[in-house]
Amino acid sequence: MPTPASRSRRRGSRQSGLPPALLLPAALGLGFLALPLLALVVRAPWRSLPDILVGAEVGPALRLSLLSATSATALCLALGVPLAWVLARGEFRGRRLVRALVTVPLVLPPVVGGVALLLLLGRRGLIGRHLEAWFGVSLPFTTTAVVIAEAFVALPFLVLAVEGALRGSDRRLEDAAATLGASRLLIARRVTLPLIAPGIGAGAVLCFARALGEFGATITFAGSFPGVTRTMPLEVYLALESDPPTAVALSLVLLAVSVLVLVSMRDRWLHGGLR
Amino acid sequence: MRVAVGAAGVLVAVLLPGCGATGSSEGATGPSGTVDVFAAASLTETFTAIGSAFEDAHPGVTVSLNLGSSAALAQQLVAGAPADVFASASPSAMEVATTAGRAEAPVTFARNRLALAVPTGNPGGVRELADLARPELTIALCAPQVPCGELAATVLRRSGVTAAPDTLEQDVRAALSKVRLGEVDAALVYRTDVLAAADQVQEVPLPEAGSATTDYSLTVVADAPDAAAARAFVAYVLSREGQRVLADAGFS
Repeated sequence: MPTPASRSRRRGSRQSGLPPALLLPAALGLGFLALPLLALVVRAPWRSLPDILVGAEVGPALRLSLLSATSATALCLALGVPLAWVLARGEFRGRRLVRALVTVPLVLPPVVGGVALLLLLGRRGLIGRHLEAWFGVSLPFTTTAVVIAEAFVALPFLVLAVEGALRGSDRRLEDAAATLGASRLLIARRVTLPLIAPGIGAGAVLCFARALGEFGATITFAGSFPGVTRTMPLEVYLALESDPPTAVALSLVLLAVSVLVLVSMRDRWLHGGLR
Repeated sequence: MRVAVGAAGVLVAVLLPGCGATGSSEGATGPSGTVDVFAAASLTETFTAIGSAFEDAHPGVTVSLNLGSSAALAQQLVAGAPADVFASASPSAMEVATTAGRAEAPVTFARNRLALAVPTGNPGGVRELADLARPELTIALCAPQVPCGELAATVLRRSGVTAAPDTLEQDVRAALSKVRLGEVDAALVYRTDVLAAADQVQEVPLPEAGSATTDYSLTVVADAPDAAAARAFVAYVLSREGQRVLADAGFS
């Protein structure tokens, strides 16, 4: 429902007017994003879809994908919100360097991330070597490895979203709470967190979406075994080798799940974040 | 020479059959053309070497390699990817291309056999095929959908071994790299892969492997953009020079 504020804002944008020159590239941009998905929908083997999906045993891969993406998002929230906090509010030398380090996985090809994870946490990795020797723990080829790989590529999305929210939040409310004698922890919990909740939500959605689609780091670090490490994107890739119609059907399922997740979360989170 | 390993093109080709004439081939005929060679991942070193030698022998011709699992390459061909030569690691992948009318006249040009590869020093103490069933070992196999996995499954079934793999890799090179990194105790790959990675990988002899062979075939692709150069390339692979490169790498 349009509020008075949004109505006046819309009127404002009409007055300033859209430069017509923008419309063509904007339409091309939209088509560029939407047409491949349309092709997926158009070329899908709709008639044999039920049989394909039953035969391909989508269940285990889908369950694994949802479970690992949810776990990765939880891990990112636990580590990413404090990290964003330090970046936004901390004043220390080397903060720029820390932010650059946080951003690196964003630009790094995920396969490289997977190799890096192997070199750190693999059986011969810097840390993995000791995990194996001391605790008999070997991470590669486990579902835990899938979660780690997904969290590695998804964490920057959350950190940047939350940091942005923190920078945009009204510090005066925190100052007011402080003058009233609230402790720092209480302020963080009762004032700051509620203020940035939409930002955290938006970051979590991005994080989840990135984790759900993760491919390169997962196949490199966690391998590919049905029910354990073969998530939906890996299943799609493998199906493509031998049975493209199945790959298209699986892609469709993944697309549907992604849209479903985004839509359901949008009502709860994004709405506030984008207001 | 250009080498492209990838599957991104597969998806594009699958989604847009019939209009897949984008890509790297310039389509010029004669000695100045580009030969687009789709080759099995296990041919990485040999076809790179053969490609360079072919370029030396035919100045002006560029060889462009697209390396990947034969099954994936066959699907790219079915989807209409422009290519001049297809070299497959298994008869079944070649058959996919033949059935789709994209293989002109496949000929067998090399034979590979299955090998049990372990990291140097054999940390898992793997001695025979039956060790692949030991649950405490970390084992990589190729997925049964790709040629090396197909062959591995046949050999395991014939030997009555129920393997306990921890990962089913996308192509033979992915399985090999897990051995090279020491992340798995053993993997079933091709003999040529073990030789190609001899510094980090050693072979556990398999009495069963004598019969575990796969025939590599290659063909000029039907409607190849540069059929003349493609024929010359196929002839070069079958020539004494080409065969020597393959034999040196462990093919028979």
